[in-house]
Amino acid sequence: MNALEIQGLSKSYSGGKQALTDVSLNVPEGSFFALLGPNGAGKSTLINILADIVRPGGGRIQLLGHDLFQERGWCKRRLGVVPQEVAFDPFFNPREILRFSSGMYGVAVDEAWIEALLERLELKPHAEKNTRQLSGGMRRRLLVAQALVHRPRVVVLDEPTAGVDVELRKRLWTFMRELNAAGTTILLTTHYLEEAEELCDQVAIIDQGTLLMHRPMKELLDDVASHVLRLHYADTITLDAPQTAALACWRPRVQGRSIDLCLSTKLDASNFHQVYTAATAVLGAPKEVTTVQEDLEDIFLRLTGDHDGR
Amino acid sequence: MADEYNPRGALTLFHRETRRFMRVKMQTIIAPALTAILYLVVFRYAMGERHVPGLDVPYFDFLIPGLIMMAMLQNAFANTSSSLITSKVMNVHVFLLMAPLAPIEVVLAALAASVIRAIVVASVLLLVLFPFADIHFAHVWMILLYGVCGSIIMGGVGILSGMWAQKFDDMATISNFIILPLTFLSGVFYSVHQLPDVWQSMNHFNPFFYLIDGFRYGFIGVGDSDPVQAALVVVVAALAVTTACWWAWKNGWKMKE
Repeated sequence: MNALEIQGLSKSYSGGKQALTDVSLNVPEGSFFALLGPNGAGKSTLINILADIVRPGGGRIQLLGHDLFQERGWCKRRLGVVPQEVAFDPFFNPREILRFSSGMYGVAVDEAWIEALLERLELKPHAEKNTRQLSGGMRRRLLVAQALVHRPRVVVLDEPTAGVDVELRKRLWTFMRELNAAGTTILLTTHYLEEAEELCDQVAIIDQGTLLMHRPMKELLDDVASHVLRLHYADTITLDAPQTAALACWRPRVQGRSIDLCLSTKLDASNFHQVYTAATAVLGAPKEVTTVQEDLEDIFLRLTGDHDGR
Repeated sequence: MADEYNPRGALTLFHRETRRFMRVKMQTIIAPALTAILYLVVFRYAMGERHVPGLDVPYFDFLIPGLIMMAMLQNAFANTSSSLITSKVMNVHVFLLMAPLAPIEVVLAALAASVIRAIVVASVLLLVLFPFADIHFAHVWMILLYGVCGSIIMGGVGILSGMWAQKFDDMATISNFIILPLTFLSGVFYSVHQLPDVWQSMNHFNPFFYLIDGFRYGFIGVGDSDPVQAALVVVVAALAVTTACWWAWKNGWKMKE
């Protein structure tokens, strides 16, 4: 069964901005799913529609086989969302926030589970502090605890590790892996693509409100990732217009004294020879030649043409 | 269908909203009670033993229930409105939107917390005044009916205002330019019989007038309007405001993009 089935989801804001256009996507139950896209791609709009913070413009979403818009109560009890923006009620401390959150989700307060969450998310020494006294990283971890306190079957994490230091991030991911292994479906958006590559078994890339691609991570890296021919020269490379045109079909990417040229997804001798011959005709013989395979970040940049945000 | 209602969630929200105002009781309970007591002290000495024209009751006896009701109405409004606008400005309202609570549960929990705050403020005032004033309870059911319905109406107005307002300044506009004048010009400090005809007529268009007059009738047994007829209006108004809040929350009015 799919944890989430999104069909033809659209949304335009009152200012006229089209945030999502006919997005259809399935998130298999039990998967660790990465939803990636540049800033403003529509990821948070999609998550906010799931969370009932934003009204959908059109389309349909099913959560664990139930219509999200018709059976809100049922679906909300089984969904935990970590919103992107860190915000807390300044009247209460973390332990109280978790207790109130349990109750509001219709669950009897489970002190042992709250204790476990505080422990795992390293918030226990701060459980009785006012939220205003917590650091940015602690507040973000408290958001994660709040999303998990009612033991949801589907967890949506909208950039949960922004501002969290490397060690804590690793421990947070270990915890998420454990939850995922226990059957919780996790939908993740993150700026750290290497983490998405390492953690997730499914990936979707969205840009300008449109779904560009959705594959299992392994299939993406095996079938979609191109091999890159990297030529290293003694001097800094600058391509003039005719040189760029001559190499255009291999999508040249100059990085100082090296240039990357995309081969096909499967590395074979004829393809390699053709690209190498064209490159040496334009730039001369290189000092060194290597081939590398695109990682998730390279694919992401290639598909979205994004060089700044994700 | 059973999952569409969440009584435990509604009770938790009520508990949370009650805890919120108790956390800052100096601001939410003690300060409004003190303000009302200061009014009473000032008017006690300014008016002496004078009686209210047309009603033949001592001015002090007339003033006490009006001030208690004014404090109740203002605090019921403040409880829901400040909770919502603070949540919106701090972006905490998303947790309420995400929770599996039916719209009627959110509205009833918020209104119940408002009524409790109003009752706590009124109780503190009564407790403080009891040793110094001869307080009568002519019709207890009227006191309860007007007190609870008035708090529901103002709690509901607070919900709608909190949903509408996008910043603290919007809320200050409603509080200072609508709620405050309506409460001050509602007959708390005077009987409408003391006013010129035009102002008497205008007072009858002020909903606060009926709330305060009916509540006062419950204490001193006399009033400016027919309190039983007004009671019906007040009950209908409380139901109408609750329905409006439910509709607004259900549709995410000014809360969801």
